[in-house]
Amino acid sequence: MWIGRWIVGAVVLAGLVLLIVVLGPELTLPSGAAHVPYVSRGVYIILLASGLALWRLVFGPTAADRIVAIDIFGILIVGLCALLCVASGRSWYIDIGIAWALQSFIGALALAKYLEGRALDE
Amino acid sequence: MSSVQAIAGGLLIAIGLAFDLFGCLGLVRLPDIYNRLQAATKCVTLGTCSVLLGVLVLEGFNGAGLKSLLCAVFLVLTAPVAAHAISRGSHRAGFRPWEGTVMDAYAEDAKDRAPDMARGEGAEGKG
Repeated sequence: MWIGRWIVGAVVLAGLVLLIVVLGPELTLPSGAAHVPYVSRGVYIILLASGLALWRLVFGPTAADRIVAIDIFGILIVGLCALLCVASGRSWYIDIGIAWALQSFIGALALAKYLEGRALDE
Repeated sequence: MSSVQAIAGGLLIAIGLAFDLFGCLGLVRLPDIYNRLQAATKCVTLGTCSVLLGVLVLEGFNGAGLKSLLCAVFLVLTAPVAAHAISRGSHRAGFRPWEGTVMDAYAEDAKDRAPDMARGEGAEGKG
């Protein structure tokens, strides 16, 4: 019965997210006041999503799946850097995010070209 | 910081985190490379841009806020280009779609234009 499986999956996912966000430990970062509560706990949701992307990266059946997972992982790291910037009050985390987005974009283009079977200087 | 600013920024960040999580869930659950690329790239790009706009709302127009706005604009410009390059490369590399796929317009289009493309690549190779 597919709807039963869907309901069980949705309940398990929502329970896991609520457990992480509400009961997870507050992130201790040096000497910066967290302006908004629960923002630093959003890091755990990003880590859960990164775990799903890493699962696809390790067990992906083809090379293209692994390239997609790497691209998605880079974009998730940018969001992680933004959340850490808000939680810690240090603005240089956003610089890491900008640099990571640049490198991820160039890497995804190079990997796509390599997948197509062409040389990188073509 | 006013409370309206905190609520709006926190709401944007929460929406962005939900889109990130569902995008990665689609990356795990969907059947083939093109569906995974569709779900993951659109959801995760929208989610991370929403998180960055939430950071802009929380921080205001200081250094961190403007840099997050710059990063969001950069992601909106580059993520579709990277996704298009990956899907084009995987289609040309011969990764077939899932067997439940209804139509494959790029394959028909490439089959129609195949003589032109072969002639163009040959001329380019000679030059």
